Amino acid sequence: MTNVSVTVNGQSREADVEPRTLLVYFLRENLGLTGTNVGCDTSTCGSCTVLLDGESVKSCTLLAAQAEGHEVTTIEAMADGDTMHPIQDAFHRNHGLQCGYCTPGMVMAAASYLQENPSPTEEEVREALEGNLCRCTGYQNIVTSILDAAGSMSGAKA
Amino acid sequence: MATTEKYVGQPVLRKEDPELLTGRGRYTDDLSVTGMLWMSVVRSPFAHARIKGVDVSKALEVPGVVAAFAGSDFEWAGPLLMAWPVTDDLKNAPHMPLTTDKARYQGDGVAVVLAESRGAAMDGAEVVDVDYDPLPAVTDVEVATEHGAPIVHDDFGTNESYTWSLTNGKVDEVFANAPVVVRERYRIQRQVPNAIEPRAILVEPNAASGHFTMWSSTQIPHVLRTAMALATGIPESKLRIVAPRVGGGFGSKLQVYPEEALALAVAKKLGRPIKWVETRSENYVATHHGRDQLQEMEIAADEDGKILGYRANILANMGAYLRIIAPGTPVLGGFLYCGAYMGEAYHVSITGVYTNTTPVDAYRGAGRPESTQAIERAMDALARRVGKDVVEIRRMNFMPPFTEATQSIGGLMIDSGNYPATLDAALEMFDLEQMRKEQQARRDAKDVRQIGIGFSTYLENCGWGPSKVIGNVLQYAGGGWEAATVRCHPTGKVVVITGATPHGQGGETVYAQVAADELGLKVEDVEVLFGDTDISPNGWDTYGSRGAAVGTPAIAQAAARVREKARKIAAHELEVPENEVEWKDGAFRLRGAPDVARTIPETAFAAWRAHNLPSGVEPGLEGSAFFDPENLVFPFGAHICAVEVDTETGKVDVLKYVAVDDIGTVLNPMLAEGQVIGGVVQGIAEALYEEAVYDDEGNLVSSTMTTYAIPGAPDVPSIDVGMPTSTPSTTNELGIKGVGETGTIASPPAVLNAVVDALTPLGVTQIDRPATPETVWRAIRDARNGTGGAA
Repeated sequence: MTNVSVTVNGQSREADVEPRTLLVYFLRENLGLTGTNVGCDTSTCGSCTVLLDGESVKSCTLLAAQAEGHEVTTIEAMADGDTMHPIQDAFHRNHGLQCGYCTPGMVMAAASYLQENPSPTEEEVREALEGNLCRCTGYQNIVTSILDAAGSMSGAKA
Repeated sequence: MATTEKYVGQPVLRKEDPELLTGRGRYTDDLSVTGMLWMSVVRSPFAHARIKGVDVSKALEVPGVVAAFAGSDFEWAGPLLMAWPVTDDLKNAPHMPLTTDKARYQGDGVAVVLAESRGAAMDGAEVVDVDYDPLPAVTDVEVATEHGAPIVHDDFGTNESYTWSLTNGKVDEVFANAPVVVRERYRIQRQVPNAIEPRAILVEPNAASGHFTMWSSTQIPHVLRTAMALATGIPESKLRIVAPRVGGGFGSKLQVYPEEALALAVAKKLGRPIKWVETRSENYVATHHGRDQLQEMEIAADEDGKILGYRANILANMGAYLRIIAPGTPVLGGFLYCGAYMGEAYHVSITGVYTNTTPVDAYRGAGRPESTQAIERAMDALARRVGKDVVEIRRMNFMPPFTEATQSIGGLMIDSGNYPATLDAALEMFDLEQMRKEQQARRDAKDVRQIGIGFSTYLENCGWGPSKVIGNVLQYAGGGWEAATVRCHPTGKVVVITGATPHGQGGETVYAQVAADELGLKVEDVEVLFGDTDISPNGWDTYGSRGAAVGTPAIAQAAARVREKARKIAAHELEVPENEVEWKDGAFRLRGAPDVARTIPETAFAAWRAHNLPSGVEPGLEGSAFFDPENLVFPFGAHICAVEVDTETGKVDVLKYVAVDDIGTVLNPMLAEGQVIGGVVQGIAEALYEEAVYDDEGNLVSSTMTTYAIPGAPDVPSIDVGMPTSTPSTTNELGIKGVGETGTIASPPAVLNAVVDALTPLGVTQIDRPATPETVWRAIRDARNGTGGAA
């Protein structure tokens, strides 16, 4: 067993894990943060996307030990109490989710991308989501949601 | 307070969203029980092999492993449920949760290992020693019917399980005398459903009472409870099945899986909770596949293209075992090889065939995507043959508009339809003239990138289903009604309990909309409970576009019963005869003095206190109903697709896609459009990208998300959706048809017809599915060499 200590959603968290434990299982099974989902075993689907030091990463591509000393943000920390993050709110208003399984990963990927590019085009959003698969929505309302969120987030800043 | 606001028809935002958006939704893998063991299944790496021995002893030496069992260690009360023997002479090989004699597909379960951790269970499964004697395998549906092919189930001496057929009119005579006969042959490639949530199971036994609770990522907790009772011998009364949040199904979780029976049986053996979570790679071999047919489609017509008859011969790949509704899946399309068109004669023959492949069963659309692609592509072939435009050939053969149930040549009694109307609406949205101009310009310029336009004016049958019809006509073992309870609490909140099991469609929201309208309530005052057999004891769950068409009328009926009782209480409280109160604007109002009123919450409170109820009226305010429709429902529409084909690389891009669907009454346009868009994109993926490929030895080659081409956001277009309700269904009082599957049913032929249309000037008249760059490139090359195209 290895002791791993990671700052997760602003709090220092640690646990003893098998060395082979992936970050996603550390989050889900050691810390009980089950909002981050697992959809594949080939780092393809993006359901497990979280922020590592503010940038999106598929949490199945890292060992928990590799996140030692870093800051991880998961879907559980996106809302401010009962107030959803503008991206979450945009998904709600634009029907950007159906079964909801890919959704946390989509929201985290979008959060990271909108930091990089606060006013993207539809095509840019589609490209940015290349690593996140959705089987329900056909992506259209996800893309609309992210464009909508970009608008409301830049409006909030202005 | 009564509300006069109406919710049906409004884009009400989803009640499901807040928990799913904030990571607080609970899917099965999010659940744990103290003391649970992890289960791992040992699967055959061979598609076909005799099993000479299974030795689990090495697994037991792995640290953390608690137990391991081979198939022979279990005694089952019965096989996994196969509920649809479509013919009396169907050959069904009982499917046991673990195989003991032969592995019949790559992934067939042979043993299970139980351990204290997920990793230890997998480590243990790695070292179970199975002595396999590999046999030649057969994966192709046509090869499996040939003499000398390897036999999947030895006792049968053949791989053919059944042949179902339907004949209306003088088919042979019509075809013999028809001036024009179009003959097409299509291969519907196998699909892997790929719900993004893999399957997961958690079983908690109560050793003292003999009760078991199973959480499973399933579309069908109610059907599963009965099936588990039949397989394990645990009575239904001691079995609670819960489908918590389910991360997509698309038919793949409409199944009774070996792992569900195994988790129960092992929990019973060991007296400990058991958890199993499928890996994605495991999902590719262990969760059922879809489609996989070989179709011979013929149309007989006169010289003008007026259709006289239809004839289809279908070989349907069933995989290694017949799963829950597998034999009936192709039969669901068996009445639709004539599409929305007229004719004098109709014949369909469907033969189900065993192969050494993962079992095939329902995948979004189940049988109708297959029949729709056959007829819609053959319509284009007919148009080419008689020299007619593809729009005109459809118009001249459409059944004329009708508002009362009408018989089709395919044998359906269709609820209502207006096929020219959706075509007109789609043409208006698409601007065909402009796109044809652009197409002609590219053709004239001999542009490398050619444009093609494809149509699909589909008709489907869904809303599964009328119990008498599916039982007596289609030989389905189960029923198709739905159950609902509406319970009014004393403080004005209402709980709706449904036997349907929504898993992403938005059922919680639309059911609350309907109940709120029926009872004069705010939608936020209605909670919808589902997916738990202890909460909703009765039901037939969610599949076959039945959630809205069958689930909703049951809720409306239950609410009507609540109102019936509430009216008595309201009249009593207002001290007037019942006939002097009327239900208006969400309350019972005194005729002529509408401000004198009682609302449902007020009558619920009165019924709870029971201080002053009319004589003969029981306390409490709730109503239950079972709704069994008399008929299916029949959505239809027109989809138009424009593609750009790079004639040098074979790459196809969808430029524009218009979907116009008539789904009867639209409960929530935002959610209905979401269903159409998602379905259309899934169908585009089927037309252009996705294929489950086996090699000659029966290895699944496209066995991960990296080798099976699920499209991402950059690969697919935006869809323009139109939804004019012109024909309410006559099957239910609300006029609802279905919408869950229309997109995947309609879209593949629209896309493929567009690809062929783009390449017609190059001499291409046929394109295989999926139309990958390689397939398209080869078709162009063959046409140039004079070896392509048969239509």
